[in-house]
Amino acid sequence: MQTIELTRRDLLKAGGALVVSFAFGGVPRRAAAQAGAPGGAADRPLDAGEVDGLLAIHADGSVTIYTSKVDVGTGVRIAFAQMAAEELGVPPSRVSVIEGDTATCPDQGGTGGSTGLVRGGTEIRAAAATARRALLQLGANRLNRPAADLTIADGEVRPRAGGAGVGIGTLIGDRRFALKVDRNAPLTPPSQHAAIGKPLLRPDVPAKCTGRHVYVQDFTLPGMLHGRIVRPPSIGATLVSVDEGSLRGIPDVRVVRVKDFLAVVSRDEWAAVRAATALEATWNQRESLPGHEGLDRLSRSAPLDRDQEIVNKGDARGAARGAAKMLSATYFWPFQSHASLGPSCAVADVRADGTATVWSASQGTHGLRGNLAKVFGIPPEKLRVVFLDGSGSYGTNGGDHVAADALLLSKTIGQPVRVQWMRHEEHGWDPKGPQQLLDVRAALDASGRIVSWETEMWVPNAAPGARALLSADAAGIQQEHGTGSGAITQNGDPPYAVDNVRVVAHLIKDTPLQLSNLRAPGKIANVFAVESLADELAVAAGEDAVAFRVKRLSDPRALDAITRTASAFRWDTRMSPNPRAKQGNLLVGRGIAYMRYKQMENYVAMAMEVAVNPSNGQIQVRRVTCAHDCGLVVNPDGLRNQVEGCIVQTLSRALHEEVTFDRSRVTSVDWVSYPILRFPEAPAVEVILIDRPNEPLVGAGEAATAPVAAALANAVFDATGVRLRTVPFTPSRVKAAISA
Amino acid sequence: MPRYTFRLNGRETSVDSWDPAQPLLYALRGPLGLHGPKFGCGLGQCGACTVIVDRTATRSCTLPVSRAAGRDITTLEGLGTPEQPDAVQAAFIAEQAAQCGYCTNGMVMAAKALLARTPKPTVEQIKQALDGNLCRCGTHTRIVRAVQRAGQV
Repeated sequence: MQTIELTRRDLLKAGGALVVSFAFGGVPRRAAAQAGAPGGAADRPLDAGEVDGLLAIHADGSVTIYTSKVDVGTGVRIAFAQMAAEELGVPPSRVSVIEGDTATCPDQGGTGGSTGLVRGGTEIRAAAATARRALLQLGANRLNRPAADLTIADGEVRPRAGGAGVGIGTLIGDRRFALKVDRNAPLTPPSQHAAIGKPLLRPDVPAKCTGRHVYVQDFTLPGMLHGRIVRPPSIGATLVSVDEGSLRGIPDVRVVRVKDFLAVVSRDEWAAVRAATALEATWNQRESLPGHEGLDRLSRSAPLDRDQEIVNKGDARGAARGAAKMLSATYFWPFQSHASLGPSCAVADVRADGTATVWSASQGTHGLRGNLAKVFGIPPEKLRVVFLDGSGSYGTNGGDHVAADALLLSKTIGQPVRVQWMRHEEHGWDPKGPQQLLDVRAALDASGRIVSWETEMWVPNAAPGARALLSADAAGIQQEHGTGSGAITQNGDPPYAVDNVRVVAHLIKDTPLQLSNLRAPGKIANVFAVESLADELAVAAGEDAVAFRVKRLSDPRALDAITRTASAFRWDTRMSPNPRAKQGNLLVGRGIAYMRYKQMENYVAMAMEVAVNPSNGQIQVRRVTCAHDCGLVVNPDGLRNQVEGCIVQTLSRALHEEVTFDRSRVTSVDWVSYPILRFPEAPAVEVILIDRPNEPLVGAGEAATAPVAAALANAVFDATGVRLRTVPFTPSRVKAAISA
Repeated sequence: MPRYTFRLNGRETSVDSWDPAQPLLYALRGPLGLHGPKFGCGLGQCGACTVIVDRTATRSCTLPVSRAAGRDITTLEGLGTPEQPDAVQAAFIAEQAAQCGYCTNGMVMAAKALLARTPKPTVEQIKQALDGNLCRCGTHTRIVRAVQRAGQV
C-alpha cells in the first residue's frame, strides 16, 4: 500500500491549509481519513447500505460522514452534518464530512439533478437513525436500563428522566456497527428538531474568504509538473507536425504528443502556459460544424433518431378543433456553457506499480473513476479519484476532461501532473447545455377553459454511454461517445388543469458540440415556452396573469407558492400589457411564472419587475420575488443562497448567454464573447421559503432556475407588449422586437 | 535568473523569474505559495486574481512581475485568517456571501480597495466598484450586502 501511504503524506503536506479549510469538528481526522488512515477505508465497508459505510463515530464522540455527494458550493456539506447530527444527538459542529473520495466513500451516485440531499442526505439520515437505535441499545446495556427510558442528547445516551449518561464515543468509538441501514428507522419528529431547520453557517466559508480553502486548483504534490494542453484549432483536427524549435527561450519545457494529443509540461507553471501558446504545430483542419446562426431552423429539419411521446392525455389535436381561441408560438434556447469562473483543473499521479490517484472537482468521482479506468486501461481498484472543491460547475463542466488530460500526461511521463485549463479551453471545450427548439399550441373554449395543449420539442437525443474524453479521442483511444445531457424533456407540459395534453420530443441524431448536463437540464427552456404561452392564454382569456393561474390550479402547495409570491411582490391585479408602462424613457412591467419542478418536486413561483429601454433595447430587472417550497428545509440560509443563485444565474443565461461557433470551432471563448450578468444588473431578490417540516424534502439546487426566463419574458411583455421568444434577450434583439 | 523584490503582506519578499513578463499571479501562487488570488481568465476580465498594489485593486494575472518590483502588495491572506478575519472578510462570512467561493478573493479585495476610498458606499457605488468582478454562482445580492455591512463597521 505504498501509494496510499505516500498519498496520505502528500495530502497532509498539502497543508495546514487543507486542515484549516475543513475546520469543522474533528478536523485532523478529516484529512487523515480522506487518505485512508484508520477510520478510513481499511476497516469500513464501501457500501451505502451499511451504517458503517456512511458514518463513523470516533472515541472522542465526533462523527465522520462519508458520501459520494459533493459540495460544489451549494452548501450540502453543512446540511449533511445537520441531518446526521439530528439523529445522533450531537451538535452539527461535531460532524465532519468526507466527500467524493472513491477509496473511503460509498457510491451514492453522482451529485446532479438536485439529488444531494434527496438521496445523499436521506440515506445519511437513515444511517444515523439506525445508529441511534443501536446506540440506545448499547447505552441500555451499559446503564442497565430499558432503551425506551433513554434518549441521546449532547453526544450522550442518557436517561430521559435525568441522571448520568454515557458518551456515544465510549459506546462505539471507532468500532463498527455492522448494521444494514434501516430505511424505516424512526426519525426525530419535526417538533423536536434541534439541528434541522437551523440557518447554521457553512464550515467552508471562513477559509474561502481568507484564502485558506484548498481548491483542486490549489492542490500540489512533490515533484509535480504543470501541464497545458495545445488544443486543435478546429474540432476534430488532426496533428500533422510539431516544431519544438518554437519553444526556444522557454526553459525546462517538454512537449508530450500522443497521436493528435499535444501538450507541454514544465516544473514552472508560467513556462507551461507560455509554451502552450508559443508551440507551433501544423494541423489538418476540419469544418464539421453548421455554425450557430440559424440553429433554430436547422434543428427543425435535422435528421431524427426517433420521436418520443412524453405526455399523451386525451386528444389534444381533436380538442383544439373548433375551440374558441387557438394560440401557438415557437421558442428557442441556444447552446450554453457552464462557464465556470475558474477553469477546470485536476492533478494525476500514475505510479510505476500501476496504481493511480486523481484529484478532481468532479461532481461524480465514482463515475469518473469507472470511465477513466475503462478508457485508460487501469483496473478500477487501482485507481482512486479524490474530490476537492473546485470553481462552481453547475453540471459537468470541463472537469472530467481535465482529469483525463492529467491522467494521460502522468501515465505517459511517469510523474505527477497538474493540468489547469486556460480560459479559452473552459469556454470552448466544456461540454455544453444543448439547444432546444419548442413549438407550443393551446386552445381555449368560450368559457376560457384550456381545452388543448400541445408541445413539440426538437432536442438532441441522448445516445447511451459515457461522454467521450477529449484527450482519449485525440490520443486515438477507443471509448464510448454518449450524448446524454440530463432529463431535458421534463416540464414540457403545463401544470394547469387541461384535459387534452400531448408533449412530443423529436430526438435529433447528431449534435455539433459535445453535450452534458447544465443546471436544471432542459427545464428552463421548457418552462420558458410553457409559461410564456400560459401568459398569452391569460391575455386571450381577458384575465390577470396571477388570477388565470390560480383559477387553473388545485394543489394547495401550488396555490400557496403563487399567492405568497404575488402578495410579497405587491402584485397589481390587472390585464397585460401594462397600460401605465411608460416611466420617463423606460417601459415598466411585471410578470409571473410558476412551475412544479419535474412535475413532482419543488413548487416555485416567481414574479419580476423590469424596466425596458426601448431606444437601446436594454432590460433592467429591478426586483424578483420568489416563493419556494421544497418540503422540509434543512438549512434555510443555505437554501436561500441556492435560490438566490438560481435566480441571478438564470437571469444571466436568459439575458446574455449563447455559445457561438463557426464551421470549425467555438468562437465564444472568453468573458467578452460570452458575457455574463454583472453587478450593475443585479436585481433586488426576495426569497420566501415555505418550510413544510412534515413533508419529505426534495432537492433545491436547481428548481428555482426553471421559471426565471418565463417570468422575465412575461414581464417584458407587460412592459412593452412584445413577446421575446428567443434567448438570449440581447439589447439588439429586444430593440428589434420592439420596433418590429 | 533575475530577482524581483517587493513588499508582500507587510514583508520584504523576493522572487526569481526567468521571464520579466511573467504575471505576478504565477509568482504568488507558485513559489510564494499564496492561493488566495485565483486564475480565472488570464485576460484581466473576471477579477478572480485581484490583489491590492499600492492601495489599488489590481489584476495580478496581467501585471508583469517586473512591474510589481518595489511595490506594496496585499493578498487575501494578508488581510486576516479564518480565526481572525479582517472587517471585510468578517462581513462576507457573516452574510455567507459565497457559494463556490472562487470569485471571493476578487470580491473581498475589490471591496477592500473601495472601502479605503469610500468608507460608506451606497449600493450603486458598490455595484459600480464590483462591475469588473464576475461571479458565476449568482451570489451578487449577498456580496453587495456584505460590502454594505463592512462599510457600516
